[in-house]
Amino acid sequence: MKFLDEYRDPRLAQSLVAEIRRIATRPWVLMEICGGQTHTLMKYGIDELLPESVELVHGPGCPVCVTPLELIDKAIAIASIPDATLVSYGDMLRVPGSSSDLFRVKAAGGDVRIAYSPMDALAIARRHPERRVVFFAVGFETTAPANAMTVWQAKREGLKNFSVLVSHVLVPPAIRLLLGSRSNRVQGFIAPGHVCTVMGYTEYEELAAEYKVPFVVAGFEPLDLLQGILMLVRQLEEGRAEVENQYVRSVTRNGNEAARRRMLEVFEVGDRKWRGIGEIAASGYLLRPEYAAFDAERVFGVQTTTAAEPAECISAQVLQGLAKPVDCAAFGTRCTPETPLGAPMVSTEGACAAYFQFRRHA
Amino acid sequence: MTSCPLPLTTKDRILLGHGSGGKLSAELLRDIFLRVFHSPVLGRLEDQAVLEIGSERIAFTTDSFVVKPLFFRGGDIGSLAVHGTVNDLAMGGAEPLYLSAGFILEEGLSTEVLARVADSMARAAEAAGVEIVTGDTKVVEKGKGDGLFINTTGIGRIPAHVNLSTMDVRAGDCVLLSGFIGDHGIAILSERESIGFETNVTSDSAPLHTLVRDMLRAAPGIRMMRDPTRGGVASTTNEIAEKARVGIELVESAIPVRDEVRAACELLGFDPLHVANEGKLIAIVARENADPVLAAMRAHPLGANAAMIGSVTERHPGLVTLRTPFGTSRIIEMLAGDQLPRIC
Repeated sequence: MKFLDEYRDPRLAQSLVAEIRRIATRPWVLMEICGGQTHTLMKYGIDELLPESVELVHGPGCPVCVTPLELIDKAIAIASIPDATLVSYGDMLRVPGSSSDLFRVKAAGGDVRIAYSPMDALAIARRHPERRVVFFAVGFETTAPANAMTVWQAKREGLKNFSVLVSHVLVPPAIRLLLGSRSNRVQGFIAPGHVCTVMGYTEYEELAAEYKVPFVVAGFEPLDLLQGILMLVRQLEEGRAEVENQYVRSVTRNGNEAARRRMLEVFEVGDRKWRGIGEIAASGYLLRPEYAAFDAERVFGVQTTTAAEPAECISAQVLQGLAKPVDCAAFGTRCTPETPLGAPMVSTEGACAAYFQFRRHA
Repeated sequence: MTSCPLPLTTKDRILLGHGSGGKLSAELLRDIFLRVFHSPVLGRLEDQAVLEIGSERIAFTTDSFVVKPLFFRGGDIGSLAVHGTVNDLAMGGAEPLYLSAGFILEEGLSTEVLARVADSMARAAEAAGVEIVTGDTKVVEKGKGDGLFINTTGIGRIPAHVNLSTMDVRAGDCVLLSGFIGDHGIAILSERESIGFETNVTSDSAPLHTLVRDMLRAAPGIRMMRDPTRGGVASTTNEIAEKARVGIELVESAIPVRDEVRAACELLGFDPLHVANEGKLIAIVARENADPVLAAMRAHPLGANAAMIGSVTERHPGLVTLRTPFGTSRIIEMLAGDQLPRIC
């Protein structure tokens, strides 16, 4: 298939692996930040192809995984309101809240719908003026422009029955937290290609300069990642700490400025809580006051109390690259995709789910 | 841990995922039905019951159809209801003979729609050489059904020399697949109003009994057959691995998937191995007989793209693995939860 097969060529993969093996003289710990990249690595077994000295740890870039419990509880509370329709990406439906999940709310009669685009939620709102339609706007910088566009459009049309439950988080503040932590082991980062498609990579240049760690912006296909790893190992071996761009077919240094302008018309940077990590200052997007009428938290005023995460779940360490899913005593036994203890076992982008799905036999 | 609200059990209410043919369906069967239905015939959990009546062996099966939309590229709920039950009989090696047809209609359904569906069923039955010999109609109030649901039950005769059973699967056997996977699921999905993508993929809905007949004539050594409908090739091979306590190793590059289906799966985040088929079969065949059986499949119009996609191993019993083109190996899981609602 055009535009895919050329990035999955096994012979090219072998030559990249051979080159990584040739140049890696010391042990290196690399982190791929984005859950989509974790998924590709596991699906193709790329970590198995690498020399033992190159260790991959998995980053916090799974939006479903880091959405705080309180927000999931709010979504559940909203979906349980008779005249409300909650529209969400499919992954969110199975994420356990404190006492239920959205699939269960749907089974009990709540109007919960899966969409592939926030614009679908807008279309439902237009078609059903009698219902209060809420889009669960989850994600990193990647999904923020489309979600912003939806809110902007709703305001322009004067839609009164549409709002968004916003849970947008930003990558660089989380990486900064990780790099500043004394327990950090990561020496180089595969930066998230789709986030950088929107944002560019100047933010990562600041991080690289400040913490003296290299970044390579990479794509999501197996050859993208192998090439990204090769570029990263080469920088480390040569003692460089720069930002390089492997994903040139999608990413430019300044990103998509038009998308960012629209995004910042609707959103402003604010503090956000990350599931498994905690509150990080200036690490997410909030709706600007001019768009308060579209803020589902205000529209519905739902209050939820915070429940504790299961004590056994080590997702906090997994999300920060301090532990691997298989280090967890509950992995694959008490915690499976059908009975998840934590969000990384739910989302297809979650590291625990990726290990469970692809790697239990190893 | 008493204050801990998790994990949530899946047992308190029926979820859509309970109908997906994956893990939740298997749980429902185990925890509700098999606890109270003690028949040893049912306990074999094949696609059809095999009953000995006098000197004859009869295959007996039933299936319900709730597909949405009612009409789709490559078929409709009527033809699907015939093909689905014919195939469940055929997978036991049976020659399908008679079908029943039960209709649950929603008040307000257009009679023109019903007539089109009935006509399609009649044509599908005639083409498959089966007779619809009994039926039933019920009507439910508006809003209590989704237009039209169909149940079909089928009876077939199993030839004397045919004896297929999952329990006969052995390490060393070959896994054969009759053609491209995922066509039905993607065809249905692309016609849903909520998902804005267009494709020309057509459902593969077809009756497989003549393909089965040709395969059985070609060589002995066919251990068992299964049509990978809901839950796709992944769920079917997992069921076989689990039941026969063997491992199955599939080879990714050998599995036929159309580019259009691959592309749709890429976009939607699905694995083609999890997507439903309605006109494909998987056969586990003794290694020494695999070539003639494969040749017979390829000689039949419904098996033109048949392929050997893997083998049975004594390693990792109960697990299905996939060898990637990169030479690495990963697990293929049964579909967990729901992927595509109401595909059959």
